[in-house]
Amino acid sequence: MSTEILVFFIFVLAIFLGFELISRVPSMLHTPLMSGTNAIHGIILLGGMLVLAAADGTLTRALGFVAVVFGSANVFGGFMVTDRMLQMFKKKKK
Amino acid sequence: MSSFIAIIFIGVAVSFILGIKLLGSPKTARLGNLVAAFGMLVALITTVPLMRVESWNLNCTLIVVGTLLGLGIGAVGAYSVKMTAMPQMVALFNGVGGGAAALVASLEFLKRANSFEGITTFFAVTMLFATLIGSLSFSGSLIAFAKLEGYLEKPHTFPGQNILNGLILAVILGLCVYLGGWATTNTTAFIVLFSLALVFGVAMVMPIGGADMPVVISLLNSFTGLAVAADGFTINNLSMIVAGTLVGSSGTLLTLLMCKAMNRPVTNVLFGAFGSSGGGGKAGASDLGGKTVKPIQADEAALLLGYAQQVVIVPGYGMAVAQAQHQVRELSDELGKRGVEVRFAIHPVAGRMPGHMNVLLAEANVPYDQLCEMEAINPTMDRVDVCLVIGANDVVNPAAREDKSSPIYGMPIIEADRAKTVIVMKRSMAAGFAGIENLLFYKDNTRMLFGDAKASLQTLIAQLKAS
Repeated sequence: MSTEILVFFIFVLAIFLGFELISRVPSMLHTPLMSGTNAIHGIILLGGMLVLAAADGTLTRALGFVAVVFGSANVFGGFMVTDRMLQMFKKKKK
Repeated sequence: MSSFIAIIFIGVAVSFILGIKLLGSPKTARLGNLVAAFGMLVALITTVPLMRVESWNLNCTLIVVGTLLGLGIGAVGAYSVKMTAMPQMVALFNGVGGGAAALVASLEFLKRANSFEGITTFFAVTMLFATLIGSLSFSGSLIAFAKLEGYLEKPHTFPGQNILNGLILAVILGLCVYLGGWATTNTTAFIVLFSLALVFGVAMVMPIGGADMPVVISLLNSFTGLAVAADGFTINNLSMIVAGTLVGSSGTLLTLLMCKAMNRPVTNVLFGAFGSSGGGGKAGASDLGGKTVKPIQADEAALLLGYAQQVVIVPGYGMAVAQAQHQVRELSDELGKRGVEVRFAIHPVAGRMPGHMNVLLAEANVPYDQLCEMEAINPTMDRVDVCLVIGANDVVNPAAREDKSSPIYGMPIIEADRAKTVIVMKRSMAAGFAGIENLLFYKDNTRMLFGDAKASLQTLIAQLKAS
Protein backbone atom coordinates (compact mmCIF):
# COMPACT_ATOMS: atom_id res chain seq x y z
CA MET A 1 0.00 0.00 0.00
CA SER A 2 1.46 3.36 -0.99
CA THR A 3 1.75 6.23 1.47
CA GLU A 4 -0.79 8.28 -0.47
CA ILE A 5 -3.43 5.61 -0.10
CA LEU A 6 -2.66 5.24 3.59
CA VAL A 7 -3.01 8.97 4.13
CA PHE A 8 -6.23 8.99 2.14
CA PHE A 9 -7.49 6.16 4.35
CA ILE A 10 -6.85 8.27 7.45
CA PHE A 11 -8.56 11.21 5.76
CA VAL A 12 -11.73 9.19 5.13
CA LEU A 13 -11.77 7.85 8.69
CA ALA A 14 -11.39 11.41 10.01
CA ILE A 15 -14.44 12.51 8.00
CA PHE A 16 -16.62 9.91 9.68
CA LEU A 17 -15.11 10.60 13.08
CA GLY A 18 -15.98 14.29 12.72
CA PHE A 19 -19.59 13.42 11.95
CA GLU A 20 -19.86 11.05 14.90
CA LEU A 21 -18.26 13.44 17.36
CA ILE A 22 -20.72 16.22 16.77
CA SER A 23 -23.99 14.37 16.34
CA ARG A 24 -24.64 14.17 20.08
CA VAL A 25 -24.09 17.79 21.04
CA PRO A 26 -26.90 19.84 22.66
CA SER A 27 -27.71 22.98 20.67
CA MET A 28 -26.71 25.24 23.59
CA LEU A 29 -23.11 24.24 22.97
CA HIS A 30 -23.14 24.82 19.23
CA THR A 31 -21.57 28.28 19.45
CA PRO A 32 -18.65 27.19 21.68
CA LEU A 33 -18.25 24.12 19.51
CA MET A 34 -18.09 26.16 16.34
CA SER A 35 -15.60 28.45 18.01
CA GLY A 36 -13.55 25.52 19.34
CA THR A 37 -13.33 23.76 16.00
CA ASN A 38 -12.51 27.14 14.48
CA ALA A 39 -9.47 27.23 16.75
CA ILE A 40 -8.48 23.70 15.79
CA HIS A 41 -8.18 24.58 12.12
CA GLY A 42 -5.74 27.22 13.35
CA ILE A 43 -3.24 24.37 13.03
CA ILE A 44 -2.62 26.10 9.70
CA LEU A 45 -0.11 28.16 11.71
CA LEU A 46 2.06 25.07 11.55
CA GLY A 47 1.87 25.13 7.75
CA GLY A 48 2.64 28.84 7.78
CA MET A 49 5.75 28.23 9.91
CA LEU A 50 6.94 25.50 7.57
CA VAL A 51 6.54 27.52 4.37
CA LEU A 52 8.05 30.63 5.91
CA ALA A 53 11.05 28.62 7.11
CA ALA A 54 11.61 27.56 3.50
CA ALA A 55 11.05 31.02 2.02
CA ASP A 56 13.93 32.48 -0.02
CA GLY A 57 12.71 35.72 -1.55
CA THR A 58 11.10 38.97 -0.47
CA LEU A 59 7.69 38.05 -1.88
CA THR A 60 7.60 34.58 -0.39
CA ARG A 61 8.84 35.94 2.95
CA ALA A 62 6.17 38.63 3.00
CA LEU A 63 3.38 36.20 2.10
CA GLY A 64 4.69 33.60 4.54
CA PHE A 65 4.83 36.22 7.27
CA VAL A 66 1.19 37.16 6.63
CA ALA A 67 0.26 33.46 6.72
CA VAL A 68 1.97 33.07 10.11
CA VAL A 69 0.27 36.17 11.56
CA PHE A 70 -3.13 35.00 10.26
CA GLY A 71 -2.65 31.44 11.47
CA SER A 72 -1.43 32.61 14.85
CA ALA A 73 -4.40 34.97 15.30
CA ASN A 74 -6.73 32.12 14.32
CA VAL A 75 -5.29 29.59 16.73
CA PHE A 76 -4.63 31.75 19.81
CA GLY A 77 -7.65 34.00 19.40
CA GLY A 78 -9.84 30.97 18.69
CA PHE A 79 -8.90 29.08 21.83
CA MET A 80 -9.05 32.18 24.02
CA VAL A 81 -12.45 33.29 22.79
CA THR A 82 -13.82 29.76 23.27
CA ASP A 83 -12.43 29.60 26.78
CA ARG A 84 -14.01 32.94 27.57
CA MET A 85 -17.40 31.69 26.39
CA LEU A 86 -17.13 28.47 28.35
CA GLN A 87 -15.91 30.18 31.49
CA MET A 88 -19.36 31.67 31.75
CA PHE A 89 -21.03 28.33 31.54
CA LYS A 90 -18.93 27.09 34.39
CA LYS A 91 -19.11 30.07 36.74
CA LYS A 92 -22.76 29.81 37.58
CA LYS A 93 -22.62 26.18 38.72
CA LYS A 94 -23.54 26.36 42.34
CA MET B 1 9.25 12.75 9.47
CA SER B 2 10.91 10.61 12.10
CA SER B 3 8.75 8.06 13.85
CA PHE B 4 9.19 9.88 17.14
CA ILE B 5 7.61 13.01 15.70
CA ALA B 6 4.93 10.88 14.04
CA ILE B 7 3.99 9.40 17.41
CA ILE B 8 3.71 12.86 18.95
CA PHE B 9 1.45 13.90 16.09
CA ILE B 10 -0.79 10.90 16.81
CA GLY B 11 -1.08 12.21 20.36
CA VAL B 12 -1.95 15.63 18.98
CA ALA B 13 -4.70 14.14 16.80
CA VAL B 14 -6.08 12.28 19.83
CA SER B 15 -6.13 15.51 21.84
CA PHE B 16 -8.20 17.20 19.13
CA ILE B 17 -10.64 14.29 18.97
CA LEU B 18 -10.97 14.22 22.76
CA GLY B 19 -11.26 18.00 22.81
CA ILE B 20 -14.18 18.04 20.37
CA LYS B 21 -15.80 15.17 22.25
CA LEU B 22 -15.50 16.96 25.61
CA LEU B 23 -16.79 20.19 24.05
CA GLY B 24 -20.04 18.34 23.47
CA SER B 25 -21.14 18.33 27.10
CA PRO B 26 -21.66 21.41 29.32
CA LYS B 27 -19.73 19.97 32.25
CA THR B 28 -16.60 19.09 30.32
CA ALA B 29 -16.68 21.71 27.57
CA ARG B 30 -14.06 24.00 29.06
CA LEU B 31 -11.72 21.10 29.74
CA GLY B 32 -12.24 19.98 26.13
CA ASN B 33 -11.13 23.34 24.81
CA LEU B 34 -8.04 23.24 27.03
CA VAL B 35 -7.20 19.68 25.93
CA ALA B 36 -7.36 20.75 22.28
CA ALA B 37 -5.32 23.88 23.03
CA PHE B 38 -2.66 21.80 24.79
CA GLY B 39 -2.50 19.45 21.80
CA MET B 40 -2.05 22.47 19.56
CA LEU B 41 0.84 23.75 21.66
CA VAL B 42 2.55 20.36 21.44
CA ALA B 43 1.98 20.34 17.66
CA LEU B 44 3.59 23.78 17.33
CA ILE B 45 6.63 22.83 19.38
CA THR B 46 7.02 19.56 17.47
CA THR B 47 7.02 21.50 14.20
CA VAL B 48 10.23 23.33 15.10
CA PRO B 49 12.58 20.43 14.24
CA LEU B 50 10.57 19.86 11.03
CA MET B 51 11.56 23.28 9.75
CA ARG B 52 15.13 22.09 9.13
CA VAL B 53 16.95 25.32 9.82
CA GLU B 54 20.61 24.92 10.64
CA SER B 55 21.12 28.28 12.24
CA TRP B 56 19.06 31.28 13.22
CA ASN B 57 18.14 33.32 10.14
CA LEU B 58 15.75 36.02 9.01
CA ASN B 59 12.96 33.50 8.49
CA CYS B 60 13.22 32.41 12.13
CA THR B 61 12.93 35.98 13.32
CA LEU B 62 9.91 36.49 11.06
CA ILE B 63 8.26 33.33 12.38
CA VAL B 64 8.71 34.40 16.00
CA VAL B 65 7.60 37.99 15.33
CA GLY B 66 4.66 36.84 13.22
CA THR B 67 3.49 34.34 15.81
CA LEU B 68 3.73 36.88 18.62
CA LEU B 69 1.93 39.48 16.53
CA GLY B 70 -0.88 37.01 15.78
CA LEU B 71 -1.00 36.05 19.45
CA GLY B 72 -1.36 39.72 20.39
CA ILE B 73 -4.09 40.36 17.83
CA GLY B 74 -5.90 37.18 18.85
CA ALA B 75 -5.70 37.96 22.57
CA VAL B 76 -6.89 41.55 22.20
CA GLY B 77 -9.72 40.39 19.93
CA ALA B 78 -10.75 37.52 22.18
CA TYR B 79 -10.71 39.42 25.46
CA SER B 80 -12.00 42.80 24.37
CA VAL B 81 -14.97 41.58 22.34
CA LYS B 82 -18.39 41.93 23.92
CA MET B 83 -20.29 38.70 24.41
CA THR B 84 -22.94 39.92 21.99
CA ALA B 85 -20.33 40.37 19.27
CA MET B 86 -18.99 36.84 19.65
CA PRO B 87 -20.29 35.58 16.28
CA GLN B 88 -18.40 38.33 14.44
CA MET B 89 -15.21 37.43 16.26
CA VAL B 90 -15.53 33.78 15.28
CA ALA B 91 -16.13 34.88 11.69
CA LEU B 92 -12.99 37.02 11.77
CA PHE B 93 -10.76 34.30 13.26
CA ASN B 94 -12.16 31.86 10.74
CA GLY B 95 -11.46 34.29 7.92
CA VAL B 96 -7.80 34.80 8.78
CA GLY B 97 -7.43 31.02 9.13
CA GLY B 98 -8.81 30.63 5.61
CA GLY B 99 -6.45 33.32 4.37
CA ALA B 100 -3.50 31.53 5.93
CA ALA B 101 -4.59 28.26 4.32
CA ALA B 102 -4.73 29.90 0.89
CA LEU B 103 -1.32 31.55 1.37
CA VAL B 104 0.35 28.32 2.48
CA ALA B 105 -0.93 26.52 -0.61
CA SER B 106 0.10 29.41 -2.88
CA LEU B 107 3.61 29.57 -1.45
CA GLU B 108 4.07 25.86 -1.91
CA PHE B 109 2.93 26.27 -5.52
CA LEU B 110 5.32 29.19 -6.13
CA LYS B 111 8.17 27.21 -4.60
CA ARG B 112 7.54 24.24 -6.85
CA ALA B 113 6.99 26.45 -9.89
CA ASN B 114 10.34 28.17 -9.42
CA SER B 115 12.39 25.12 -8.52
CA PHE B 116 11.75 23.15 -11.74
CA GLU B 117 10.74 20.37 -9.40
CA GLY B 118 7.49 20.31 -11.33
CA ILE B 119 4.13 19.37 -9.92
CA THR B 120 2.08 16.22 -9.98
CA THR B 121 -1.64 16.18 -10.59
CA PHE B 122 -2.24 15.03 -7.02
CA PHE B 123 -0.26 17.99 -5.71
CA ALA B 124 -2.05 20.36 -8.07
CA VAL B 125 -5.50 19.17 -7.03
CA THR B 126 -4.92 19.51 -3.29
CA MET B 127 -3.05 22.79 -3.69
CA LEU B 128 -5.77 24.29 -5.88
CA PHE B 129 -8.47 23.12 -3.50
CA ALA B 130 -6.73 24.73 -0.53
CA THR B 131 -6.15 27.99 -2.41
CA LEU B 132 -9.67 28.19 -3.73
CA ILE B 133 -11.55 27.26 -0.57
CA GLY B 134 -9.16 29.14 1.70
CA SER B 135 -9.42 32.46 -0.13
CA LEU B 136 -13.17 32.07 -0.58
CA SER B 137 -13.47 31.50 3.16
CA PHE B 138 -11.27 34.53 3.84
CA SER B 139 -13.27 37.05 1.82
CA GLY B 140 -16.61 35.42 2.67
CA SER B 141 -15.89 35.59 6.40
CA LEU B 142 -14.90 39.25 6.18
CA ILE B 143 -18.23 40.01 4.52
CA ALA B 144 -20.05 37.97 7.18
CA PHE B 145 -18.17 39.97 9.81
CA ALA B 146 -19.13 43.27 8.17
CA LYS B 147 -22.75 42.20 7.95
CA LEU B 148 -22.95 41.21 11.60
CA GLU B 149 -21.25 44.44 12.62
CA GLY B 150 -23.97 46.25 10.72
CA TYR B 151 -21.76 47.77 8.02
CA LEU B 152 -23.61 45.96 5.27
CA GLU B 153 -26.95 45.34 6.80
CA LYS B 154 -29.07 44.97 3.71
CA PRO B 155 -28.61 41.98 1.45
CA HIS B 156 -27.22 43.10 -1.88
CA THR B 157 -28.94 41.60 -4.86
CA PHE B 158 -29.29 42.58 -8.46
CA PRO B 159 -30.87 40.87 -11.45
CA GLY B 160 -28.73 38.16 -12.92
CA GLN B 161 -26.63 37.85 -9.80
CA ASN B 162 -26.84 34.08 -9.73
CA ILE B 163 -25.85 34.01 -13.39
CA LEU B 164 -22.83 36.22 -12.73
CA ASN B 165 -21.82 34.06 -9.78
CA GLY B 166 -22.25 31.02 -11.99
CA LEU B 167 -19.98 32.61 -14.60
CA ILE B 168 -17.27 33.38 -12.03
CA LEU B 169 -17.52 29.85 -10.76
CA ALA B 170 -17.27 28.47 -14.30
CA VAL B 171 -14.09 30.49 -14.96
CA ILE B 172 -12.65 29.31 -11.63
CA LEU B 173 -13.40 25.68 -12.46
CA GLY B 174 -11.97 26.13 -15.95
CA LEU B 175 -8.73 27.51 -14.51
CA CYS B 176 -8.63 24.62 -12.02
CA VAL B 177 -8.97 22.08 -14.80
CA TYR B 178 -6.25 23.87 -16.76
CA LEU B 179 -3.83 24.16 -13.84
CA GLY B 180 -4.61 20.77 -12.36
CA GLY B 181 -5.23 18.67 -15.43
CA TRP B 182 -2.09 19.81 -17.19
CA ALA B 183 -0.17 20.17 -13.93
CA THR B 184 1.33 23.39 -15.24
CA THR B 185 3.15 26.05 -13.28
CA ASN B 186 1.55 29.00 -15.04
CA THR B 187 1.79 31.68 -12.34
CA THR B 188 -0.46 34.19 -14.10
CA ALA B 189 -3.31 31.71 -14.33
CA PHE B 190 -2.77 30.93 -10.67
CA ILE B 191 -2.96 34.58 -9.60
CA VAL B 192 -6.15 35.05 -11.62
CA LEU B 193 -7.61 32.01 -9.91
CA PHE B 194 -6.65 33.32 -6.46
CA SER B 195 -8.25 36.72 -7.14
CA LEU B 196 -11.41 35.22 -8.60
CA ALA B 197 -11.80 33.00 -5.55
CA LEU B 198 -11.65 36.10 -3.35
CA VAL B 199 -14.28 37.79 -5.52
CA PHE B 200 -16.45 34.69 -5.42
CA GLY B 201 -16.34 34.64 -1.60
CA VAL B 202 -17.70 38.20 -1.58
CA ALA B 203 -20.27 37.47 -4.28
CA MET B 204 -21.45 34.36 -2.45
CA VAL B 205 -22.06 36.01 0.94
CA MET B 206 -23.20 39.46 -0.27
CA PRO B 207 -26.76 38.45 -1.22
CA ILE B 208 -27.37 36.49 1.98
CA GLY B 209 -29.35 38.24 4.70
CA GLY B 210 -28.03 38.84 8.20
CA ALA B 211 -30.38 36.24 9.70
CA ASP B 212 -28.58 33.51 7.80
CA MET B 213 -25.09 34.56 8.87
CA PRO B 214 -24.81 31.79 11.51
CA VAL B 215 -25.26 29.21 8.78
CA VAL B 216 -22.77 31.02 6.58
CA ILE B 217 -20.14 31.25 9.33
CA SER B 218 -20.59 27.60 10.21
CA LEU B 219 -20.26 26.65 6.55
CA LEU B 220 -17.17 28.81 6.05
CA ASN B 221 -15.72 27.31 9.24
CA SER B 222 -15.99 23.85 7.75
CA PHE B 223 -14.60 25.20 4.45
CA THR B 224 -11.51 26.48 6.21
CA GLY B 225 -11.16 23.08 7.88
CA LEU B 226 -11.21 21.38 4.48
CA ALA B 227 -8.74 23.90 3.07
CA VAL B 228 -6.38 23.16 5.96
CA ALA B 229 -6.76 19.43 5.33
CA ALA B 230 -5.92 19.97 1.66
CA ASP B 231 -2.89 21.99 2.76
CA GLY B 232 -1.91 18.98 4.86
CA PHE B 233 -1.85 16.90 1.68
CA THR B 234 0.04 19.62 -0.17
CA ILE B 235 2.86 20.02 2.31
CA ASN B 236 2.60 16.44 3.55
CA ASN B 237 1.64 17.07 7.15
CA LEU B 238 -0.58 14.43 8.71
CA SER B 239 -1.70 16.42 11.75
CA MET B 240 -3.01 19.16 9.49
CA ILE B 241 -4.93 16.59 7.46
CA VAL B 242 -6.55 15.07 10.54
CA ALA B 243 -7.33 18.37 12.30
CA GLY B 244 -8.65 20.01 9.14
CA THR B 245 -10.80 17.05 8.21
CA LEU B 246 -12.32 16.79 11.68
CA VAL B 247 -13.29 20.46 11.51
CA GLY B 248 -14.51 20.08 7.94
CA SER B 249 -16.85 17.19 8.63
CA SER B 250 -18.10 18.31 12.03
CA GLY B 251 -18.64 21.82 10.66
CA THR B 252 -20.62 20.48 7.72
CA LEU B 253 -22.86 18.51 10.05
CA LEU B 254 -23.33 21.54 12.31
CA THR B 255 -24.32 23.60 9.27
CA LEU B 256 -26.89 21.00 8.24
CA LEU B 257 -28.28 20.86 11.79
CA MET B 258 -28.72 24.62 11.76
CA CYS B 259 -30.48 24.57 8.42
CA LYS B 260 -32.72 21.80 9.70
CA ALA B 261 -33.70 23.95 12.68
CA MET B 262 -34.77 26.66 10.24
CA ASN B 263 -36.47 24.13 8.00
CA ARG B 264 -34.57 25.29 4.94
CA PRO B 265 -32.29 23.31 2.72
CA VAL B 266 -28.74 24.65 2.68
CA THR B 267 -29.00 25.44 -1.04
CA ASN B 268 -31.88 27.77 -0.27
CA VAL B 269 -29.77 29.70 2.25
CA LEU B 270 -26.89 30.07 -0.18
CA PHE B 271 -28.68 30.79 -3.42
CA GLY B 272 -32.20 31.86 -2.46
CA ALA B 273 -31.30 35.44 -1.39
CA PHE B 274 -34.26 35.04 0.93
CA GLY B 275 -35.08 37.96 3.20
CA SER B 276 -34.09 40.45 0.56
CA SER B 277 -37.16 40.56 -1.63
CA GLY B 278 -39.57 41.89 0.98
CA GLY B 279 -42.34 40.35 -1.10
CA GLY B 280 -43.27 37.91 1.64
CA GLY B 281 -43.83 40.73 4.09
CA LYS B 282 -46.35 42.47 1.87
CA ALA B 283 -48.24 39.28 1.18
CA GLY B 284 -48.40 38.54 4.91
CA ALA B 285 -49.60 42.02 5.82
CA SER B 286 -52.63 41.88 3.56
CA ASP B 287 -53.92 38.81 5.38
CA LEU B 288 -54.15 40.58 8.70
CA GLY B 289 -57.58 41.95 7.88
CA GLY B 290 -57.25 45.28 9.68
CA LYS B 291 -56.29 43.73 13.00
CA THR B 292 -54.41 46.00 15.32
CA VAL B 293 -51.90 45.37 18.06
CA LYS B 294 -52.76 46.00 21.70
CA PRO B 295 -50.11 47.90 23.62
CA ILE B 296 -49.54 47.42 27.34
CA GLN B 297 -47.85 49.62 29.94
CA ALA B 298 -45.03 48.42 32.16
CA ASP B 299 -47.05 48.56 35.41
CA GLU B 300 -49.77 46.33 34.00
CA ALA B 301 -47.19 43.95 32.60
CA ALA B 302 -45.49 43.78 36.00
CA LEU B 303 -48.82 42.92 37.58
CA LEU B 304 -49.47 40.12 35.09
CA LEU B 305 -46.00 38.69 35.65
CA GLY B 306 -46.06 39.04 39.42
CA TYR B 307 -49.30 37.10 39.82
CA ALA B 308 -48.53 34.39 37.29
CA GLN B 309 -47.62 30.86 38.30
CA GLN B 310 -45.67 29.92 35.24
CA VAL B 311 -43.69 32.33 33.12
CA VAL B 312 -41.71 31.47 30.02
CA ILE B 313 -39.17 33.96 28.69
CA VAL B 314 -38.28 33.79 25.00
CA PRO B 315 -35.08 35.75 24.34
CA GLY B 316 -33.98 36.77 20.85
CA TYR B 317 -31.49 38.95 19.07
CA GLY B 318 -33.20 42.07 20.44
CA MET B 319 -32.02 41.08 23.91
CA ALA B 320 -28.47 40.78 22.62
CA VAL B 321 -28.61 44.18 20.91
CA ALA B 322 -30.02 45.87 24.01
CA GLN B 323 -27.41 44.09 26.18
CA ALA B 324 -30.32 43.22 28.42
CA GLN B 325 -29.29 39.74 29.58
CA HIS B 326 -28.42 40.93 33.11
CA GLN B 327 -31.79 42.65 33.50
CA VAL B 328 -33.46 39.49 32.23
CA ARG B 329 -31.73 37.50 34.97
CA GLU B 330 -32.68 40.08 37.57
CA LEU B 331 -36.31 39.92 36.48
CA SER B 332 -36.29 36.14 36.60
CA ASP B 333 -34.75 36.22 40.11
CA GLU B 334 -37.31 38.74 41.29
CA LEU B 335 -40.15 36.57 39.95
CA GLY B 336 -38.52 33.49 41.48
CA LYS B 337 -38.59 35.18 44.91
CA ARG B 338 -42.33 35.60 44.51
CA GLY B 339 -42.77 31.90 43.84
CA VAL B 340 -43.26 32.25 40.09
CA GLU B 341 -41.82 29.37 38.10
CA VAL B 342 -39.62 30.92 35.40
CA ARG B 343 -38.21 29.05 32.44
CA PHE B 344 -36.34 30.24 29.36
CA ALA B 345 -37.31 28.89 25.96
CA ILE B 346 -34.31 28.78 23.67
CA HIS B 347 -34.94 28.44 19.97
CA PRO B 348 -32.04 26.68 18.26
CA VAL B 349 -31.47 29.59 15.89
CA ALA B 350 -32.43 32.51 18.12
CA GLY B 351 -29.85 35.26 17.85
CA ARG B 352 -27.10 35.12 15.35
CA MET B 353 -25.54 31.73 16.13
CA PRO B 354 -26.86 28.48 17.53
CA GLY B 355 -26.46 28.70 21.27
CA HIS B 356 -26.00 32.49 21.12
CA MET B 357 -28.74 32.98 23.72
CA ASN B 358 -27.27 30.30 25.96
CA VAL B 359 -23.93 32.07 25.96
CA LEU B 360 -25.51 35.42 26.81
CA LEU B 361 -27.73 34.03 29.55
CA ALA B 362 -24.79 32.07 30.93
CA GLU B 363 -22.87 35.33 31.07
CA ALA B 364 -25.68 36.73 33.21
CA ASN B 365 -25.54 33.67 35.51
CA VAL B 366 -28.89 32.15 34.59
CA PRO B 367 -28.73 28.52 35.79
CA TYR B 368 -28.76 25.82 33.06
CA ASP B 369 -31.79 24.03 34.43
CA GLN B 370 -33.91 27.08 33.65
CA LEU B 371 -32.89 26.96 30.00
CA CYS B 372 -35.24 24.72 28.03
CA GLU B 373 -34.98 23.67 24.44
CA MET B 374 -37.84 24.29 22.06
CA GLU B 375 -38.97 20.64 21.95
CA ALA B 376 -39.21 20.51 25.75
CA ILE B 377 -41.14 23.73 26.19
CA ASN B 378 -43.75 23.52 23.43
CA PRO B 379 -45.85 20.65 24.89
CA THR B 380 -46.18 22.62 28.14
CA MET B 381 -47.06 25.93 26.53
CA ASP B 382 -50.84 25.65 27.19
CA ARG B 383 -50.24 25.75 30.95
CA VAL B 384 -48.07 28.86 30.81
CA ASP B 385 -49.65 32.01 32.23
CA VAL B 386 -47.37 34.60 30.72
CA CYS B 387 -44.94 34.20 27.86
CA LEU B 388 -42.53 37.11 27.75
CA VAL B 389 -40.93 37.56 24.34
CA ILE B 390 -37.83 39.74 24.56
CA GLY B 391 -36.50 40.81 21.20
CA ALA B 392 -37.38 37.55 19.46
CA ASN B 393 -39.43 37.71 16.31
CA ASP B 394 -39.30 35.11 13.56
CA VAL B 395 -38.77 32.21 15.98
CA VAL B 396 -42.18 32.85 17.60
CA ASN B 397 -44.09 33.71 14.43
CA PRO B 398 -47.17 31.46 14.16
CA ALA B 399 -47.11 32.03 10.40
CA ALA B 400 -44.66 29.15 10.35
CA ARG B 401 -47.58 26.95 11.41
CA GLU B 402 -50.61 28.70 9.90
CA ASP B 403 -49.70 30.54 6.73
CA LYS B 404 -48.77 28.23 3.89
CA SER B 405 -47.69 31.14 1.70
CA SER B 406 -45.19 32.42 4.28
CA PRO B 407 -41.52 31.91 3.44
CA ILE B 408 -40.95 30.53 6.93
CA TYR B 409 -43.87 28.06 6.70
CA GLY B 410 -42.83 24.76 8.26
CA MET B 411 -40.03 26.18 10.39
CA PRO B 412 -40.23 24.83 13.93
CA ILE B 413 -41.11 27.70 16.28
CA ILE B 414 -41.60 28.28 19.97
CA GLU B 415 -45.38 28.27 20.24
CA ALA B 416 -45.61 31.40 22.36
CA ASP B 417 -49.12 32.18 21.13
CA ARG B 418 -50.50 29.17 23.04
CA ALA B 419 -49.70 30.76 26.41
CA LYS B 420 -52.61 32.47 28.22
CA THR B 421 -51.03 35.89 27.76
CA VAL B 422 -48.11 36.86 25.58
CA ILE B 423 -46.15 40.03 26.30
CA VAL B 424 -43.89 41.06 23.44
CA MET B 425 -41.12 43.53 24.22
CA LYS B 426 -40.09 45.29 21.07
CA ARG B 427 -38.65 48.60 19.97
CA SER B 428 -41.01 49.13 17.06
CA MET B 429 -43.26 47.23 14.69
CA ALA B 430 -40.36 46.59 12.31
CA ALA B 431 -40.24 43.10 10.82
CA GLY B 432 -37.69 40.54 11.95
CA PHE B 433 -34.67 39.46 10.00
CA ALA B 434 -36.73 37.26 7.71
CA GLY B 435 -38.48 40.49 6.68
CA ILE B 436 -41.99 39.20 7.25
CA GLU B 437 -44.92 40.34 9.35
CA ASN B 438 -45.36 38.54 12.68
CA LEU B 439 -48.90 37.21 13.16
CA LEU B 440 -48.22 36.76 16.88
CA PHE B 441 -48.39 40.52 17.46
CA TYR B 442 -51.97 40.61 16.23
CA LYS B 443 -53.32 37.73 18.33
CA ASP B 444 -56.05 38.46 20.89
CA ASN B 445 -53.92 37.28 23.80
CA THR B 446 -50.87 39.33 22.81
CA ARG B 447 -49.85 42.63 24.41
CA MET B 448 -47.05 44.78 23.02
CA LEU B 449 -44.65 46.49 25.43
CA PHE B 450 -42.87 49.01 23.23
CA GLY B 451 -39.46 50.45 24.07
CA ASP B 452 -35.85 49.49 24.52
CA ALA B 453 -35.69 46.04 26.11
CA LYS B 454 -33.20 47.09 28.78
CA ALA B 455 -35.16 50.16 29.86
CA SER B 456 -38.47 48.27 29.84
CA LEU B 457 -37.00 45.48 31.93
CA GLN B 458 -35.63 47.95 34.46
CA THR B 459 -39.08 49.50 34.81
CA LEU B 460 -40.62 46.05 35.21
CA ILE B 461 -38.13 45.11 37.92
CA ALA B 462 -38.69 48.39 39.77
CA GLN B 463 -42.46 47.88 39.61
CA LEU B 464 -42.17 44.33 40.91
CA LYS B 465 -39.91 45.37 43.77
CA ALA B 466 -42.29 48.19 44.74
CA SER B 467 -45.41 46.05 44.81
